[in-house]
Amino acid sequence: MSSKRQRTLRPHRNGAAAWLYLLPSLVVITVFLIYPLFKVLRMGFYQKYVFITDTGSGFGLDALAYVLSDPVYHRALSNTCFITFVGVPITVALALGIAVMIDSIPRFKGIFQNLYFLPYVTTVYAVGTVFKWLFHSDYGYINFFFKFLGLEPQAWMTDPNLVTLSVTIFTIWNGLALKIILFLAGLQKVDKQYYQAARIDGTSRRRVFFRITLPLLSPTIWMVSMISFIHAFKTYSAVVAMFDKEAAGPGNSAITVVFYIYNMFFKKGQVHYAAAAAIVFLVIIITMTALQKIVAKKFTYYG
Amino acid sequence: MDMKLTLEHVTKDFSGTLAVNDISLTMQDGKLTGLLGPSGCGKSTLLYMIAGLEQVTSGHIYFDGQDVTTLPAETRGVGLVFQNYALYPHMTVEQNIMFPLLNARVKKESAQKKAREMARFVQIEEYMHRKPAQLSGGQQQRVAIARALVKSPQILLLDEPLSNLDARLRLDLREEIRRIQKETGVTTIFVTHDQEEAMSITDELVLMKNGIIQQIAAPQAMYRYPQSRFVASFLGNPPISFFNMVAENGLVELSPNLKLKFPISLSGPVVLGIRPEGWALGSGIVVEFLSVSVRGREQYVSFMLHGQKAYAILDTENAVKPGDRLSLALKPYCVHLFDPENGLRLGKGDAHYVE
Ligand SMILES: Nc1ncnc2c1ncn2[C@@H]1O[C@H](COP(=O)(O)OP(=O)(O)OP(=O)(O)O)[C@@H](O)[C@H]1O
Ligand SMILES: [Mg+2]
Repeated sequence: MSSKRQRTLRPHRNGAAAWLYLLPSLVVITVFLIYPLFKVLRMGFYQKYVFITDTGSGFGLDALAYVLSDPVYHRALSNTCFITFVGVPITVALALGIAVMIDSIPRFKGIFQNLYFLPYVTTVYAVGTVFKWLFHSDYGYINFFFKFLGLEPQAWMTDPNLVTLSVTIFTIWNGLALKIILFLAGLQKVDKQYYQAARIDGTSRRRVFFRITLPLLSPTIWMVSMISFIHAFKTYSAVVAMFDKEAAGPGNSAITVVFYIYNMFFKKGQVHYAAAAAIVFLVIIITMTALQKIVAKKFTYYG
Repeated sequence: MDMKLTLEHVTKDFSGTLAVNDISLTMQDGKLTGLLGPSGCGKSTLLYMIAGLEQVTSGHIYFDGQDVTTLPAETRGVGLVFQNYALYPHMTVEQNIMFPLLNARVKKESAQKKAREMARFVQIEEYMHRKPAQLSGGQQQRVAIARALVKSPQILLLDEPLSNLDARLRLDLREEIRRIQKETGVTTIFVTHDQEEAMSITDELVLMKNGIIQQIAAPQAMYRYPQSRFVASFLGNPPISFFNMVAENGLVELSPNLKLKFPISLSGPVVLGIRPEGWALGSGIVVEFLSVSVRGREQYVSFMLHGQKAYAILDTENAVKPGDRLSLALKPYCVHLFDPENGLRLGKGDAHYVE
């Protein structure tokens, strides 16, 4: 009898208490997350918008249509995709390689600890300034190196066809430190006995890496890739750090999606276009996340 | 397939700790040798040096006369079962067993066939497509043995393979290991710190302490003729009891009715070791029981003997209780004489009664 009463009472009481506890955070989430989200969604479908009075009217797909046919937005999308789908695999592979190398030489661990942590604690803007000089057409070390190798020096910061590549190289380098640290932490968790077993089993170095290290590290690799993809998709500060807030390189040639949205909103005051661009972006990100979830199930081993 | 394994003055120095200290021995080919000793005595270290996972500090290791001291692990043809199995968690049982074969560039079909044969041999063929995490400890252990055996190793090394299992399973699996070893005839070293396990399945026992070999003998011989106090106390459960006595020309008198003559002529202080199963009700020495505990088919009793506590295992035919004063007889071959200074055995053979 009594247990039955408890069973019917408990969830009710707990439910009420739970809601009460949740209330403060729910208020915060509603005010700062859900309300703005709906506001953006609404804005994206205004037909007319007056910036000074912050009022819009009408409901239609005009803003969306404008953004989707805007060549600058196309440029922003293709640049962002380049930074993401070319940059991230390279930076993840590079970080993994370096981490495995450092991990295999115990004596190096201490020495490298500071070296590879350094870029992580310096701000992206400071690093950007350094890269500006590295990429400098006349005085930059990269062109110096190119000349040394007998290659044609390039206008890294001013050639519209090259600036996105420069930004990608910058993001690759800038994100390396954190990824190496995450991979080293992941490698630490792999039981060394598997490597001893592999040696006894006569496994070649290549096979140890591909058949043991990679699969056992796959949860970390996956996590790092996820973070990197999302981070790369939101690339903005790297562009600002290398160029300026005013323009993403010559003729905005290095523009990214977030830079585009920012520009539309603050520079041009076209809030409904900015909102429409954000909506398109949101749809792309949601699709990608869904895809990643499906792929994750197939490829990762969770020990 | 069997192979003679010889160690010559093998030493391992872990920056100050002598984990293995000048060990020389020859393991009989095709036999199951037990490596026994308390925790931290260097068993795993010795095993890893034989496997090639650890470098020796000094000394030499020979497989069938060939010096393998500096050969890397992968070229030694050794199968090793780790204490915690170290099965690759992301591979199925089949992939785990096939792994060493694929490393050796065996064709996939024949590797699969061989893996299946091996799985049948250790009786795990119905789990071929499971991951290790989906297996019980005993099943994992069989997979580990299959993986070690599949490449037909010349030497099989087992590092406390049963220590993670429950008592019942250990009993079954140690017989299983014995069967597998007998059928394959592979020279095997079985590390354990469980003396009962070591005694029950091995052909020969190597007892270690602090990196030094204490005695090498067949299990029964080591139990019957322990070469030192340490060996005597390490083997046997409940353990042997020791008494400080005085010998006169090899004769030790426990009571006027119980005099033992040892095969050595020596006078002075000695340590007498008496195995608890050596006692039985009968004429000899009268003692008063302090405690009695009945364990199934036998009872453990304690009593004072020459001011020192002694233990005995008696059969349950005659029930006894604390406070009983009864006469006990002693089987002479269960009594051993040791030097009180260095703990070494005094006298080679058995003791016998004298009137
Ligand atoms: N890599 C190492 N570095 C330093 N000391 C070590 C190392 N490995 C083992 N030792 C030391 O060597 C000694 C022997 O260790 P070992 O692992 O061989 O013992 P064991 O007999 O296998 O013990 P257990 O029964 O607990 O497994 C111990 O004192 C241990 O602390
Ligand atoms: Mg050990």
